[in-house]
Amino acid sequence: MDDLLGDFLTETGESLDLLDSELVRFEREPNNAEMLNAIFRLVHTVKGTCGFLGLPRLAKLAHAAETLMGQYRDGAPVTAAGVTLILESIDRIKQILAELERRGTEPQGSDTELIEALEGLAEARPRAPAIEEAPSGEEGQPDRNTGDSVGARAQTVRVNVDTLEHLMTTVSELVLTRNQLLELVRRNGENAFKAPLQRLSSVTADLQDGIMQARLQPIANAWQQLPRLVRELSRGLGKLIELDLRGGDTELDRQVLELIKDPLTHMVRNSAGHGIESAGERIARGKPPAGRIGLSARQQGGYILIEVADDGRGLDARKIRDKAVASGFATQADIDRLSDAEVFRFIFKPGFSTAEAVTGVSGRGVGMDVVRNNIEKIGGSVELKTTSPEGSVFVIKIPLTLAIMSALIVEAGGQRFAIPQFSVVELVRAGPSSEHRIERINETCLLRLRDKLLPLLDLAKLLELEWADGDSKPRVGARTVVVMQVGTKRFGVAVDAVFHAEEIVVKPLASLLRDVEIFSGNTILGDGSVIMIVDPNALAGFAGTVGAGEDGGSDRAPVPEVTPAGTMPLLLFEAGSKASKAVPLSLITRLEEFERAAIERCNGADVVQYRGRLMPLVYFEDSKESCEAGLQPVLVFTEDGRAVGLAVDRIVDIVEDRLNIEIGPGRPGIVGSAIVNGKAAEIVDVSHYLAKGAGQRAPAAEDPVPPATRLLLLDDSQFFRDMLTPLLAADGYQVTAAGSAAEAKSLMDQGKAFDVIVGDLDLPGLDGITLPERVACSSSHAVPLIGLSSQTRPHLDDRARAAGFVDVVGKFDRQRLLERLRAFCKPWSRVA
Amino acid sequence: MTSSSTAAGADHGFVTVTTADHLFGFPLARVRDVFVPRGLSRVPLAPPEVAGVLNLRGRIVTAIDLRARLGLPKRDPGAAPLAVGIERRAEMYGVVVDRVGGVLHLARATFEPSPLTLDRRWAEMCIGVHRLDDGLLIVLDVDKVLDLNQGRVAA
Repeated sequence: MDDLLGDFLTETGESLDLLDSELVRFEREPNNAEMLNAIFRLVHTVKGTCGFLGLPRLAKLAHAAETLMGQYRDGAPVTAAGVTLILESIDRIKQILAELERRGTEPQGSDTELIEALEGLAEARPRAPAIEEAPSGEEGQPDRNTGDSVGARAQTVRVNVDTLEHLMTTVSELVLTRNQLLELVRRNGENAFKAPLQRLSSVTADLQDGIMQARLQPIANAWQQLPRLVRELSRGLGKLIELDLRGGDTELDRQVLELIKDPLTHMVRNSAGHGIESAGERIARGKPPAGRIGLSARQQGGYILIEVADDGRGLDARKIRDKAVASGFATQADIDRLSDAEVFRFIFKPGFSTAEAVTGVSGRGVGMDVVRNNIEKIGGSVELKTTSPEGSVFVIKIPLTLAIMSALIVEAGGQRFAIPQFSVVELVRAGPSSEHRIERINETCLLRLRDKLLPLLDLAKLLELEWADGDSKPRVGARTVVVMQVGTKRFGVAVDAVFHAEEIVVKPLASLLRDVEIFSGNTILGDGSVIMIVDPNALAGFAGTVGAGEDGGSDRAPVPEVTPAGTMPLLLFEAGSKASKAVPLSLITRLEEFERAAIERCNGADVVQYRGRLMPLVYFEDSKESCEAGLQPVLVFTEDGRAVGLAVDRIVDIVEDRLNIEIGPGRPGIVGSAIVNGKAAEIVDVSHYLAKGAGQRAPAAEDPVPPATRLLLLDDSQFFRDMLTPLLAADGYQVTAAGSAAEAKSLMDQGKAFDVIVGDLDLPGLDGITLPERVACSSSHAVPLIGLSSQTRPHLDDRARAAGFVDVVGKFDRQRLLERLRAFCKPWSRVA
Repeated sequence: MTSSSTAAGADHGFVTVTTADHLFGFPLARVRDVFVPRGLSRVPLAPPEVAGVLNLRGRIVTAIDLRARLGLPKRDPGAAPLAVGIERRAEMYGVVVDRVGGVLHLARATFEPSPLTLDRRWAEMCIGVHRLDDGLLIVLDVDKVLDLNQGRVAA
């Protein structure tokens, strides 16, 4: 195919997609001259280019369509019949283009009927088909002007998708190489490479962000066809339906975008078919005659949330119950015991449909389960949020990108594997002495987790891994269990060890290995080794055959939710006194276990060999160092690239909870007490133990902080204030903490001056980002503001910088915070 | 793809390898690399011929054990095998062999099709043999060696 034809096909294809949504708007607003013009111009270009390229069939059809469009543009009233006819023509043009793309020539066939219809309609008008052969050349490249975003398009360059993919692959390689270098430097300690490597590291991260950004496309591209679809559905079903699309500029990876097109279409079909009532019925129920289907998209963390809402009749629990019994999904006795919410889950089961009649729209029993499968395949989830006679809302949650994801690195049978984090709910230790027990029924293992039985898989057994001596290692005693949730199915996977979570670059499996269904890909770790990525869906399949745990039992385990505001994952453990202790999981680098025999005494302190270096081991104030043999669980913290281990008695659980420190610290090493998971727990002051472990290590202050730099710490979380204050104070700052912007402002209005402000970007109520504006008027001189954010995303950083923050640092990146503070405080303190 | 490898096998150079005392030739044009298969990770549940996956300069390589592929006895645990890197459909494979000889250019005159009496499994993966002064060089069809569905003894 020659280049000219190729370009023509690409451009026309894109313009046609755009046109679909335009046309429906056009029918609703027939007097919108701008839109009319845009559509006319597109058809006109197709016609012009076709003539030029020698495509007579296409040219003739486009000409006839253009004639009619021309009349509308010139003011003739637009009729529904006219719109239908034009839509039909555009469909035909698309068909021909598709053939053209495949074979390189126009397909045989006749469009006479369609052309005649178009002409018939045009002639029926009083005005003669007076199409100006618009000044050619001028409108030679019109598709850049068809959308309303004319300005935005002027600055873009068309890049081949393959080029983009290639860039992405190259960057992934770069990331891996960088990780390997970092690992090397870490092992060899201080050397001349450290500084340039840091630079390389940050440039690589920027590059990675940039490429990811380039791969992003607005979600509107995925729902371009929907207005057209809804228009057809409403005609086909004889219902009045309006479509409301919001957040179309939310961006996500193009690969993900392709994969959600179909599920979205399916759900809109469902809403139109099942949800929205006929106009008569709606009026009888006191609703407006036209039904409404709304799609809205927004980003939240590393996910995109899409809500599909309709104001139809909602799901009918009784009907679903009857249907479930009638089709043998459940017995009457079973179904009577289920709550409505549980009953609604049946719609996600294969082959379940409640539509009475099989229509062209829905009712063929291939609906929501296909949607669910497709969405889960890309690591997303779909659930019914609410349903009532006033309408239903479904929520789809999908990851921003598939190329890079967060994974938990585990060990089973002497090998490491990656488990995607999105399906991991929690990690628990299960054993005879712990509260979570492993129960056996015949050969089947079950995990007893908080009064609930979950199917338990043994990863090593599942993978048929045997130990070197050929025997299956006897699996008695405590096991680490990764509790996973896929769709509505919750299950445990026993592994031999859990290392850490890592951002991994997903690489597809070689075609030779695609038959091994349990793996979805492989990746290269920082140390250069290749490990396999376990597919949660495949595991769920195995879990289904192991136990009876389908549908997560009765405590209706929530789908791993987007972290509710203010909560965070906390590690619960026991150490020293009986009181249970907690520490934010994000502060912990790893959980390790060491043979007690491997703990050595050196210079009066306990150390253990860890990754080729000696790691100091610290104990709780009131704990006795255990002398008995066995495994010593250790929480590993890292600061300045140096690890410190905190010996604990037992790791209890990882929970997601709000951290409200209710009682202040009673003694060093404890930030205070809070209620975690319904029980009182002491929150451990990590910095205290880090300092203890660091011991005689000289402070790393090459750039001493100028004396008494006055720092204002603004964060709504008491915990973070308590956590950061001592840390900042230790680094030489005179810290004042405030819990809200108002508090900060009143402090300043009272005449308190600060040299630097560290503030949370995610303050509730008022947007933390407006902080600079608010403090600017209270301060006599410019104060540098450093933003803290729990989610670092480039666009957020940009917004923050634009708002007046000098820098943005991740909330848990204390190292960087100190670095940035030093950098900004030196020059500023002299000014002040 | 078979036609191209047949053509390549008949009159171009070969990279010769030894495995279990047999001399094999890989068409030179298809060999990208020769490397020591270090840091091999096993792939659970994979076909037995798959020796594992490894990282070769940032690329993931799937290693196929030629001995297992040809039904030859296992290598001594102490042996230090080599791998011949071959690219197929944009994926990188490493065929694990005992030793790599060198590059050999042979004339068409010494080439003969596979003997009819050759084991079925071997026959499917061999294009033919070259008569050498001191023995035979078995020319392998790279694509068939890497296509594990080929030469499977029907169960």
